[in-house]
Amino acid sequence: MSDHILSVHDVDVNEGQVPREDWFEASSTLQHLRKNKKFPTIWCSGCGLGVVMGSLIRAMESLGLDNDNVALVAGIGCTARMPVYMDYNTLHTTHGRALAFATGLKIARPDMKVIAIMGDGDALAIGGNHFIHAARRNIGITALVVNNAIYGMTGGQYSPTTPEGMRATTAPYGNVEPPFPVCDLAMAAGASYVARSTVYHPLELDKYLAQAISNEGFSLVEAVSYCHTTYGRINKLGAASDMMMSLKENSISKSAYDKLSDDDREFNTKIVRGVLQTKKRPEYTKVYGTLVDKIHDEAIKPRNYGGH
Amino acid sequence: MQGNEAIAMGALAAGCRFYAGYPITPSTEVAEVMSRELPKVGGKFIQMEDEIASMAAIIGGRVGGLKSMTATSGPGFSLMQENIGYAAMAEVPCVVVNVQRLGPSTGQPTASSQGDVMQARWGTHGDHQIIVLSPISVAQSFEMAVKAFNLSEKYRTPVILLTDEIIGHMREPIELPDFDTVEKYEHVVTDSPAEYKAFRNDRGDVPPMANFGTGYRYHITGLYHDEVGFPTQRLDEIDPWLERVTRKIENADDILLYQTDYEAGARTAILSYGATARTARHAMKQMRAKGEKVNLFTAQTLWPFPEKAVEELADSVDKIIVPEMNLGQLALEVERIVGRKKVVRVNLANGEMITPDMIVKAAEA
Repeated sequence: MSDHILSVHDVDVNEGQVPREDWFEASSTLQHLRKNKKFPTIWCSGCGLGVVMGSLIRAMESLGLDNDNVALVAGIGCTARMPVYMDYNTLHTTHGRALAFATGLKIARPDMKVIAIMGDGDALAIGGNHFIHAARRNIGITALVVNNAIYGMTGGQYSPTTPEGMRATTAPYGNVEPPFPVCDLAMAAGASYVARSTVYHPLELDKYLAQAISNEGFSLVEAVSYCHTTYGRINKLGAASDMMMSLKENSISKSAYDKLSDDDREFNTKIVRGVLQTKKRPEYTKVYGTLVDKIHDEAIKPRNYGGH
Repeated sequence: MQGNEAIAMGALAAGCRFYAGYPITPSTEVAEVMSRELPKVGGKFIQMEDEIASMAAIIGGRVGGLKSMTATSGPGFSLMQENIGYAAMAEVPCVVVNVQRLGPSTGQPTASSQGDVMQARWGTHGDHQIIVLSPISVAQSFEMAVKAFNLSEKYRTPVILLTDEIIGHMREPIELPDFDTVEKYEHVVTDSPAEYKAFRNDRGDVPPMANFGTGYRYHITGLYHDEVGFPTQRLDEIDPWLERVTRKIENADDILLYQTDYEAGARTAILSYGATARTARHAMKQMRAKGEKVNLFTAQTLWPFPEKAVEELADSVDKIIVPEMNLGQLALEVERIVGRKKVVRVNLANGEMITPDMIVKAAEA
């Protein structure tokens, strides 16, 4: 790390931990990032998105996936900028439509691992319809929803996951709408794998993402994050580190949650981290692919529409 | 066979192997035929949750390597505009069929119209180029579907096949060719993955497109992008791209399709397209039977508009009659080229068809 970078961040060289000389070459995770032109990221320093990106790479690496056989599809927003930095087949689409583009791509290439990367506004407001239908079909796509409860890129407007009473630039007197529980929505719509953790718990995210990507059908991983630049500032929640710590304090593992008394569970306000649903359901492209093969075979050779 | 069925057949003949759509009158037969026929040739069909998703899915399908199509009508076409712009920006080939019905809004689902001519050109936001084709018969519906796919691939652009309820639901005999003999445009990528630039500006106007999952790991975005697809705000990267994607369609002669039936010495011309072109031909026959000389120009490519050909026509006549089932849309373009004084509009936008008499009267007036 150069003195320049340290000085920009107001860190004394002697205080900063200087990484080893071969920090880039030594990190296998970094080898999956694009090496030309795309850095630094557009994310604010202190943002949780880098943690999620690291987890996603480690998850794919742990599965030994070939980067050529992975497609990362994203919509619009801070989260949706993630694929551009990553050395895979990357499709940055329109707001809310990542899962619809991903559906077409998965149908064309059922052999590929298709991962849709979305924020809460992207996945659940403008893209809510695509979200429930992708889950209903149980199409083999992993949906990674980074939930920071706000529209960050546009400057802090309330989203479908902003808690009631919290402020946003478009909720100056506090949000009056109840939020969507992301995982409950996916489970009800039929997702065959649903898990949640936070950016304070990257090792859990690594594990859940690997499981989600391995799952044949539609998977959801909700990565609870924060936006200290907008949501945190408006609601006086402190710096990025404070918000990161609150994810630790305000979350509970599923196993601990399950041990709570009925009353405690009912009044629990903490984020429950863990694998929340696994279901054996037939995957869409498998079912349809089998049908297509059967009809194709029956057609023996493609009909000659010349009709002589 | 119906016009809508012929479009589906043309798509299959051109190598379409993926269809995503949402039911809407009067286009639904296209989806029904595709859902039945695609599996027979190993292709895939999906009925999406709406037209926004349908348009997104066909772009995703094409990125994955399958030639793709959707079909819709007015309200659905409005919903598709966002991602039609994406396909133009990201240079992803795809074919969008719009079987026009009477609008605006829900309008009259079973009534014909030519009210989407301007929307087909300018429906999505921002400056962009697009190809819009319009058939006048069932046989042409087949031919134009093939053409739409080949132009879409060749120029890496969305192509709108703008037909209407009359042509779509009309039945005519048609002799289909052996699909294997139908010409199909295919992309050939010769560069290695390390050298490959999906959007390069310096080697022809249309860089070949690599499919995802074939070793070419690149970025596709709806943002302004550089030659390898990364977002950019640099003018020296934006300007050459903009020039190239404009030039690739503006300068291509093989996009401009039209038919002419000219008589030496004619001072009156009828310029039409789609279902109205059939009325126009009837009017021409009536006029010629009475000994009046008249030229007939049938536009098959509406956008880019065959400007030079219309200019030449205008040089030889005093009057160009432009009948259309709308309140005057393509007439605006004709007026722009030949001047308002020479153009006589004949319009009907209530779901009824224009009659030959209306055109003959306009010629006599």
